[in-house]
Amino acid sequence: MAETAPSSWFDIAIAALKRNEVKLITFVPDRVLAPLIAGLQADPYFDVISTTREEEAVGIVSGAWMGGVRGAVLMQTSGFATLPNVIASLLVPYQIPAILIVSERGTLGEFNIGQALVCRTMRPVLESLATEHHTVTRIDEFDFILDRSIRQAVKTQSPATLILSPLLTGGKTLPTAERAR
Amino acid sequence: MTKTITIGNVSVEIMNRFDLSKRLVALLKNDEAIVAGIGNTNFDLWAAGRRPQNFYMLGSMGLAFPIALGVAIAQPRRHVIGLEGDGSLLMQLGALATIAAHKAQNLTMIVWDNQSYQITGSQPTATAGAADIVDVARACGIKQSLWARSPQDFEAQVKKAIAGGEKTLIACKTDDAPPQGQTHRDPVLIRENFMQGLGVRSARTFAPE
Repeated sequence: MAETAPSSWFDIAIAALKRNEVKLITFVPDRVLAPLIAGLQADPYFDVISTTREEEAVGIVSGAWMGGVRGAVLMQTSGFATLPNVIASLLVPYQIPAILIVSERGTLGEFNIGQALVCRTMRPVLESLATEHHTVTRIDEFDFILDRSIRQAVKTQSPATLILSPLLTGGKTLPTAERAR
Repeated sequence: MTKTITIGNVSVEIMNRFDLSKRLVALLKNDEAIVAGIGNTNFDLWAAGRRPQNFYMLGSMGLAFPIALGVAIAQPRRHVIGLEGDGSLLMQLGALATIAAHKAQNLTMIVWDNQSYQITGSQPTATAGAADIVDVARACGIKQSLWARSPQDFEAQVKKAIAGGEKTLIACKTDDAPPQGQTHRDPVLIRENFMQGLGVRSARTFAPE
């Protein structure tokens, strides 16, 4: 029987992570990423660790990669904003291929000004460190982008960041009752 | 003359970081990994004798224990030791809660608590006042958390922690002596050496046939 293609963005992510042997997942919770986190936790292939801060999450996957296990970090935009120090002083100079998966807040219907402003710092940080990053907007491109980005990160020993746009995930919006106000 | 400090109702010696680093390395018989935090912590580990299973951080202050946890998860049969200073640990106290919650037990955390940011001019840290690293670790859920009372007690606690099958935090009050060396500062060499020490990479890649 032919395998059915995964239909949701989070099932695509789980399949691509598994295919590339990314077994260790560290995260700081996020509403948009909740179905991805739940799916990973339900799958015994993955060791999924909830951390108190994104830096810590990056530290854990860095140690695991040096010990022979690949890892990815899940976070939202404001969590990414806590990471320039560890990207610049650990991932890039030590050549550690951490996969950073960021749920993008702050654009396309954001209701919190703080999120909107912090979002504008993310791509300039990634550009200034000359690290590979892609923004995923279309579900039909997601597997290709994630799969190839993981492979390139591993082979070139560089971190890679995947920014998941609200166009892919639906993002986070205000409840209807509040929108009317 | 040995100086002591009383913590709660326990008297502990103020020890020397380089001396304890040497004692630690001398106790390691099974290629245990060491992940050493930024600054004087890894300078004294470097001075205590090079080994391929040592990882030296040049930045990412506060992440020695998270990195050590990652190594411990990836290599469950190897014991992993995190070395961290009080200032660094205070920056990332949440990591203790994360480590306590994880099932990995092959991890020992050692804290050199000199009660100061020694490398930046010896400004006092919070542990010079009311903060107690061992109490913090216990409250985060690391049940085996204790003060080493003397260099001999430190050695005994390290041996017990490595043999024990339960993750342990050992804190040591240390003096203000400067470090005995400076780490080599090539991150790629440090990382590659460490991965060879862990058996992830071959040391023979560039060796003659």
